[in-house]
Order: sequence, then structure tokens, then C-alpha cells
Amino acid sequence: MTKKKAVIEVKDLTKKFGGFTAVDKISFSVFSGEIVGFLGPNGAGKTTTIQMLLDLVTPTSGMVRMFGKDMKKAREEILNRVNFSSAYVAMPYNLKVWENLATFGRLYGVGNLKQKIKELADFFEITDLLPKMTGSLSSGQATRVNLAKALINDPELLLLDEPTASLDPDVADKTRKLLLQIQKEKGVTVLYTSHNMVEVEEICNRVVFINKGKITDTGTPGELVKKYGHKDLNDVFLTIVRGGEN
Amino acid sequence: MDIFFWPVTELLVWGFLSRYLEGTGLGGVNVVTVLLGALIFWDLLSQSQRAVSVVFLEEVWERNLLNIFVTPLKISEFLVSTVLIGLARIMLVGVVITIMAFFLYQFNIFQLGFALIPFVVNLLLFGWAIGLFATAIILRFGSAAQVLAFGLTFLLQPFSAVFYPVSALPQMAQYIAYLLPSTHVFEGMRQVINTGVFSWQQLGWTIIANVVFISLILWFFYSMFANVKEQGRLMKLD
Ligand SMILES: Nc1ncnc2c1ncn2[C@@H]1O[C@H](COP(=O)(O)OP(=O)(O)OP(=O)(O)O)[C@@H](O)[C@H]1O
Ligand SMILES: [Mg+2]
Repeated sequence: MTKKKAVIEVKDLTKKFGGFTAVDKISFSVFSGEIVGFLGPNGAGKTTTIQMLLDLVTPTSGMVRMFGKDMKKAREEILNRVNFSSAYVAMPYNLKVWENLATFGRLYGVGNLKQKIKELADFFEITDLLPKMTGSLSSGQATRVNLAKALINDPELLLLDEPTASLDPDVADKTRKLLLQIQKEKGVTVLYTSHNMVEVEEICNRVVFINKGKITDTGTPGELVKKYGHKDLNDVFLTIVRGGEN
Repeated sequence: MDIFFWPVTELLVWGFLSRYLEGTGLGGVNVVTVLLGALIFWDLLSQSQRAVSVVFLEEVWERNLLNIFVTPLKISEFLVSTVLIGLARIMLVGVVITIMAFFLYQFNIFQLGFALIPFVVNLLLFGWAIGLFATAIILRFGSAAQVLAFGLTFLLQPFSAVFYPVSALPQMAQYIAYLLPSTHVFEGMRQVINTGVFSWQQLGWTIIANVVFISLILWFFYSMFANVKEQGRLMKLD
């Protein structure tokens, strides 16, 4: 395999909230075209890390580089090439779905917005939702709209914080297929968190485990399953989290 | 707290007003002009303030802040957009109020003369700055602080000499009054109405006070924003 370009480089990244260290000197890279699962138990530091990547939380120390650039110096340029989605972030409920998509499209300076929205709506099967009020959507529908928003600027890097939480198995499956498809067709790099190990095994090229703010292991799902001598990633997760006591 | 907010401030305002009216013997034809002019001007200020704070509060309520702050939009651009939205709302309210005042009280705001425009512009800017101040507080404390978004200007009203001259205020309050750009706007406005002379001096004080206020509040906003990112509270605002 040829050596790929690092899209995200994190070195000794640390976040302290008062006396509590939420993220503790972590270092990892994500390479162009990879789908990387960022895994760990509740409170491990996943969301905090992703928010530091997006400049929503200021790191206490350490370095973040995206596309080889420093977030402090090239914030707008980096954010233009990135997008984010989380089941826990919403869009204005008193706007119609298409109005929301159009607004975010403009914030990202997307050309040919109409066409783009139509494509995404086809893709996520939300065409009939476009004229609806965003506030009236079911949580799974809202998640699909959020994902459409996350692709509005054709991002090179997607940061997803539990994107499939609250999706029904059918839509969750379609979302996974979709992530694989945009990876293949557009070479999009994805870093995402999920508590669904089956899903992670299905689509991730590589996983990074974090526990109590520290990175405990990294590798392909297959490598880790073999290394820990388990039958699947779920058991690997339990072993890593419980410190091998199960 | 907020249930006392309106009654108390209203009481203060109208109390000082009656003292002023007693002193003047209630004679002049200018009373209506002064009061309605003041009322409309004050409304512009509080609309300007509210527009900014409410735009921001809506983003908090809608849990949309993260979506906005992960776009390439700069904070400064976000702030400029709140000014523009504020202006649009003020146009609407201003038009309605002006028309109502004309038909209900035969009060024509344009009789005050276009010389008042620089005062109005400063008033809007000051309203925007107070709105930004409320926004910074909401950013820091969440929508629990939202009463500020709706009523902050009312705290300033008694000190701004809106309906009565500064001289009607107690000595201590006068010191505060002179620090506020709004006070100089209303003093200047009364002077135009009463004497027909445009007060460059009041306009000068208005601008100086405004520059100082806006700089301080911008600094406050940016440091609150940095603080909130530091504390990881941006994602937890509610
Ligand atoms: N703003 C904050 N102030 C103080 N502590 C925080 C803050 N944000 C997160 N924490 C703490 O930091 C730790 C990591 O939180 P984080 O949200 O990153 O976990 P996570 O890995 O995303 O968990 P989950 O799987 O539950 O989403 C937790 O112990 C949390 O309580
Ligand atoms: Mg999380």
C-alpha cells in the first residue's frame, strides 16, 4: 500500500476541564480515503476530541493539523473542506427542510445549490420532506436531513458523532452503504464515533480505541479481533474497556 | 426576579417623568412631541437590542449553534449578520410605530427634522451593543439568562433620561446617566425640539460614549466566546 496523505494529524492533544483530564495526550492520524471508527465507552473523550478538531473546544495543549494546516491559522479554509453531523445537533425547526439545506449551502458557498439539494434529497430519500417544517420530522428523518446537510459542501472530511443513533435498521444500513459509497466514489475521509460494533466492523478500515482520555489501541477491526483472540469487535470493546477482566 | 422587573422600572420612569412635568407646569405644546418622540426613539433602541439577542437565542433554542460554528463563517460575519437582521426588524417596527403615532396623535416624527438622523444611528448602534452584551451573557450562562435578551434596555431606561432631562435624576444617577450614549441622544433630541438648535456637543458625547461602549462590549463578547470554547460549553448550551 502506498503511503497516503494524512488528513488529520493529532499530536499530544490534551483537554482539561478544571482539574479533570478528559483527553490525555492523544496522538493519531487519519489518512486520505479512510473510514476510521473512534470508539470508547461513555465519557471516554470522543466528543471532546471531535469538537477540538472542529475548533469548538479549545485544546489545553497539543497539536491538531488538518489537510496539513494549522486550525488556528487556516480555520475558514479547513472548515470549508470539512463537515460535521451528530444526532445531538439540530437545525432550525421553524424553517422548511429545503430552506435549511439552502441556508447551509450558502454558508459554505456552494455553487449550483438547487441541483445539489436535489441530488442529496434523492440520495437520502428525503425529497418528499423538503417542503416540510424541520421541526415536524421524526428523529430518523431529521438524522437523514442532518446527513444531507453534512454533504452539502462536498466535504473531503466528514466528522460524525454517533450519526446512526436513532436510525431504524433500514436507514442505518442505508447510511452505512452511503458512507462506503461516498468513500469509494468521492474519496471522502470519515472519522466517526459509534457504539454499534457490528456497524463499525462493517464499514471501518481502521478503529482507534479511547478510554478515560487515553488511546488504548488502534488497528483494523480484523487485526484487533485476532490480537485479542475474540470472535468479534464487540468482545474486543469489552476487553479493552474492562481492562481484560471479562 | 423578572416579575418585578417591568413594574419597578416603569415606576421609576414614570415617577421621574411626573416630577419633571410638575416642575414645568405642564404648559408647552412640545410635551406631546417630546414624549412621543422619546417613546419612538426608545423603541428603536430596544428593538435593536432585542433583535440581536433574540437571533442568537433562537440558535441556542434550536440547538443549531454547532452547525453554524462548524461552517467557515467567521464570528465577525455572524455579528454583522445580526446587525443586518436587527436593521430589517427595526425598519418594520419603525414604520408601524410612525404611522400609528401619526394617526393616533397627529404626531409626525419627520417634523423633528432630519438633523436627528445621526442621533438615531447612534441609538441603533448602542442598542446593538447592548444586545451583544446580552448575547455574551447568554453564551456564558445559557438561556437561563434570557430575561436579559428581552429586558436589558429597561434597566438602562431610567438612567437614559428618555422622558425627562438628566437634571430630574438624583445626583448619583446623573453620573451614570452621563456615561450612556443614549442619555446624550435624548438630551440632544429635546434640545432640537425645544430650541430648534442642533447640538453638536451632545452628538460628540454620544459618539465618544458609543465608541467606548462598543469597544468594551466587543472585547467582552470575544473573551466570553473564548471562555466558552475553553470550558467546552458551546456544545452544552441550552
Ligand atoms: N464542558 C465540559 N466540562 C466539564 N467536563 C466535561 C465537559 N465536556 C465533557 N466533559 C467530561 O469529559 C469526559 C469526556 O466527555 P465526552 O463527551 O468527550 O465523552 P464521549 O466519549 O463522547 O462519551 P459518549 O459516548 O457518552 O458520547 C466526560 O467525563 C465528561 O463528563
Ligand atoms: Mg459523545
